[in-house]
Amino acid sequence: MIVRIATEGQYDFPDDDADRLNELDNDVVAAVEAGDEEAFLTAFASLLELVRSDGKPVADDVLEESDVIIPPPDLTFAEAGHQFTGDGLIPD
Amino acid sequence: MPGMSGRFSTVIKAKINRMLDKAEDPAETLEYSYQKQMELLQNVKKGIADVVTSKKRLQLQQQKLEQQVVKLDTQARQALAQNREDLARVALERKQFAQTELQGLDSQVQELESQQQQLVDKEAKLRSKIDQFRTKKEVIKAQYSAAEASVRISEAASGVGEEMADVGMAMQRAVDKTENMRARANAMDELEASGAFDDQLSLTAGQDDIDRQLHELSSASAVDDDLARLRAELGQGPAPQQALGSGDPAQTPAPAPAPPTPSEERPA
Repeated sequence: MIVRIATEGQYDFPDDDADRLNELDNDVVAAVEAGDEEAFLTAFASLLELVRSDGKPVADDVLEESDVIIPPPDLTFAEAGHQFTGDGLIPD
Repeated sequence: MPGMSGRFSTVIKAKINRMLDKAEDPAETLEYSYQKQMELLQNVKKGIADVVTSKKRLQLQQQKLEQQVVKLDTQARQALAQNREDLARVALERKQFAQTELQGLDSQVQELESQQQQLVDKEAKLRSKIDQFRTKKEVIKAQYSAAEASVRISEAASGVGEEMADVGMAMQRAVDKTENMRARANAMDELEASGAFDDQLSLTAGQDDIDRQLHELSSASAVDDDLARLRAELGQGPAPQQALGSGDPAQTPAPAPAPPTPSEERPA
């Protein structure tokens, strides 16, 4: 499947790793909801690291939509919280 | 997405999809879609130009601060030469503040530099995707039935659309950060113009009293070091360490104020 790290690029990510990705994604959400900034930073970094290490960058001439889009790597804790309450990174 | 129940990663995707859905159906008006893509590419270029402009403004600010550091150092030297340690101290305190600001600006300029590079890379990538889209739509038009072509072109257009949304997000984030830096630089300009630099802490709002005192302590010792250095350079007084350690007035060689009585012995 294709995973995009927003503002960074698309990766061809092995389907077998989807569960791991999903787990880390849930960790990030849990940390944000618990208001635990440190846990958020750790979980989010692991999430990005997993995509970068297991995924292969998609060539520039490929025109495919992503299956999953992960927020930008420089996302702040405040922005992460905002994702679930306000307009988030992309206003509606 | 099967297996992806996590909300965090899918929140952005949902929003991008909603945004793309709002756009005109790209398959209907192929050429229009391509035109639109080219327009957006121009916007990216403009965004990069904005970042470059902001960077230049910060660099100007840097130069001004550098000049100010030199000026304040000279003023401190002059003040000290006239035995006005109080004035020298004020000048050096301001110099310390300007130097701290300068360090902050350095890292901001570096950050803008890297953002600029990232945007240039992303623009190149988007350009190549748009090229690919142009080729692909011609091929699809030639090879597929109208209905099938419509679906395939729509898919390709969504791929380009997502890339554009992403470049747009990167640009917006760069601009937001730049705006913050700019606002700070502007605030500094205004403060400088209004003479508010006298209160060297006015820019570090939000600090409590203890922070303030700690800052004063550390900048005071830096100022003491600077004073000692200037004294040594001017040939006044003893070696810097001594001047620092003892709180004695400087031993000035020339018209040192004589003690009230020229008696040789002083009470122990």
